Amino acid sequence: MSERIGKTLYDKLWDAHVVREDDEGTALIYIDRQLLHEVTSPQAFEGLRMAKRKPWRIDANLATLDHNVPTTEYKTVEDILDPISRIQVQTLGMNTAEFGITVFGIGDVRQGIVHVVGPEEGATLPGMTLVCGDSHTATHGALAALAHGVGTSEVEHVLATQCLIQKKMKNMLVRVEGTLQAGVTPKDVVLALIGKIGTAGANGHAMQFKGLVIREMSIEGRMTICNMAIEAGARVGLTGIDEKTIEYVKNKPFAPKGDNWEKAVASWRELKTDDNAYFDKVVEMDGSLIEPQVSWGTTPEMVTSISGIIPDPKNEKNPVKASGIMRALEYMGLEANMAIKDIPVQYVFIGSCTNARIEDFRAAARILKGQKISSLVEQALAVPGSGLVKKQAEKEGLDKVFIDAGFEWRNPGCSMCLAMNDDKLPEGKHCASTSNRNFEGRQGAGGRTHLVSPEMAAAAAIAGHFVDVREILNG
Amino acid sequence: MDKFVTYTSVVIPMDRANVDTDMILPKQFLKSIKRTGFGPNLFDGLRYEDVGIPDADSSHRPIRKDFVLNLPRYKNGKILLVRENFGSGSSREHAPWAIKGFGIDTIIAPSFADIFFNNSFKNGILLITLSDIDVDTIFKEIEAEVGYQLTIDLENQKIIKNSGKTITFKVDQFKKTCLLEGLDDISLTLQHKQEIQDFEKTYKKKNPWLFK
Ligand code: SF4
Repeated sequence: MSERIGKTLYDKLWDAHVVREDDEGTALIYIDRQLLHEVTSPQAFEGLRMAKRKPWRIDANLATLDHNVPTTEYKTVEDILDPISRIQVQTLGMNTAEFGITVFGIGDVRQGIVHVVGPEEGATLPGMTLVCGDSHTATHGALAALAHGVGTSEVEHVLATQCLIQKKMKNMLVRVEGTLQAGVTPKDVVLALIGKIGTAGANGHAMQFKGLVIREMSIEGRMTICNMAIEAGARVGLTGIDEKTIEYVKNKPFAPKGDNWEKAVASWRELKTDDNAYFDKVVEMDGSLIEPQVSWGTTPEMVTSISGIIPDPKNEKNPVKASGIMRALEYMGLEANMAIKDIPVQYVFIGSCTNARIEDFRAAARILKGQKISSLVEQALAVPGSGLVKKQAEKEGLDKVFIDAGFEWRNPGCSMCLAMNDDKLPEGKHCASTSNRNFEGRQGAGGRTHLVSPEMAAAAAIAGHFVDVREILNG
Repeated sequence: MDKFVTYTSVVIPMDRANVDTDMILPKQFLKSIKRTGFGPNLFDGLRYEDVGIPDADSSHRPIRKDFVLNLPRYKNGKILLVRENFGSGSSREHAPWAIKGFGIDTIIAPSFADIFFNNSFKNGILLITLSDIDVDTIFKEIEAEVGYQLTIDLENQKIIKNSGKTITFKVDQFKKTCLLEGLDDISLTLQHKQEIQDFEKTYKKKNPWLFK
């Protein structure tokens, strides 16, 4: 061996946070930031109380409300009609007050989806380890932070010890070269990837994205792809640091200031994979060949391009997969060999931690401007990811574009991504959704989800069925 | 947590791949602020004819008679056999809480999703990864023999069939110890309190902006 093998970004982030490691590789990893929300934290706080423990470092925690809050007008917790949602919201308020943890509660303009709020506030910083009781925590990896979802026992563990018991994952590289066509978005890149490697394709791996397409992508776009790394089985999604990352973080409320800023930036510049680093798995994609994607089934790997057709289970040799396709088609009310463009759309949802940032609303608004949604569309929701995203969009007049087109312009929250509040997709209805999961019943019992980009959702809203947004953009 | 002891049980075969956490425990049950009481709602959407309501009594609801958990021959099974990528999707620990609450404490599959894997062990559920062929064989054996049982011996990392045949399985030593001794992670970690404090001190010097 002539040359020493270099380190991946994941290796570097891991090494910088190992408190101790045993012979078998089980390590204690120091956690810099924990984000909390109302659904996966109550039992963790309860556990702390029962064991008479205190949080190790209160300032490492930040909480927000997202999963249960209404997206229609509400002023106080009493306005949340569903009693069980109300209890969760109240419980987060009580727990954060008891332990002195900062919370973005009802009426706070910073309140919103935890994975939108963290980066927006600078609560997510490059080089950090960050956890949250939510699988889409991978989102934060777009800022070169080691971020992943944990369960509630682990939330409690991090609260009590500032550490997590972990084994190191393997390294996986996804390289996307070429240039994306107009109308093809980060969402399409990640959906195409999941279609290619499957929902378990990256199990056990930290997934790093590289290549020209990623370098040219905005930070918000990188968040969209890291967000869905979990849909390919990777708990961690990552992109390396560059000037865009540093520019993005600068002047955010929780970001370092003055002297500390200079120091921080100097150390962040190291947050890149070495040229000679080793990856256990490598996937290559040509970005210029990626078309707008539409999911047709009940897992994110059941996806194809807008010009495609729905697969025929008869052509699938693997019997487990074939029966999966049959079950999905039955649930979705679709036929094999049907063109994607012929799928009708009755609901449209633009929102979720995948696609509810300002760029997403700008992109959808470009398509919607001066247009009306189809009379076949029964409801179209635009749900900003946070109060600040909403405010910014309104400043730019985007709210009017959505409202004029026939959308409902709502308040921030998870909303119809998983329908824990009142925003539910009715049984049998097809929804063009910018969210991340098309599982059975995810957006409402019996609801039929199709995962798409914000541009594709907007285009479907106008047409009442899926259309190729590239054709609209090309006039 | 209770200690994990060797036991023999009926095996419940769920012939399905990519069973996600929304299927294991639908989202309406995430609204509870407790850790217990989820057992009756395990696989709620597949198990019952109607839609389940959190905190409601499920004992009189109409069941889907052909769903595997409802078949009398698998009653009281503590072992679940499934296909690949079990537990994908959300990080909700409510999923293992429901599984444990129902009475299942071992799941055998060709593969599991990562977060679900961790969450399960933390709740005293043993997940065993076997080859596709071994899993397939057990599916066939269950089909052929009513009352098919397996013995799970974690100590010796063995699955013992009635025929006397055994399959050895791998398990992380740390996770194994925690299960066998019924240990709580947090108290284990707090045994290293000094090390954490020492780490934190050095770390803070290097990264002062991360501390208030
Ligand atoms: S928007 Fe959807 S995926 Fe994201 S945190 Fe909320 S519920 Fe989860």
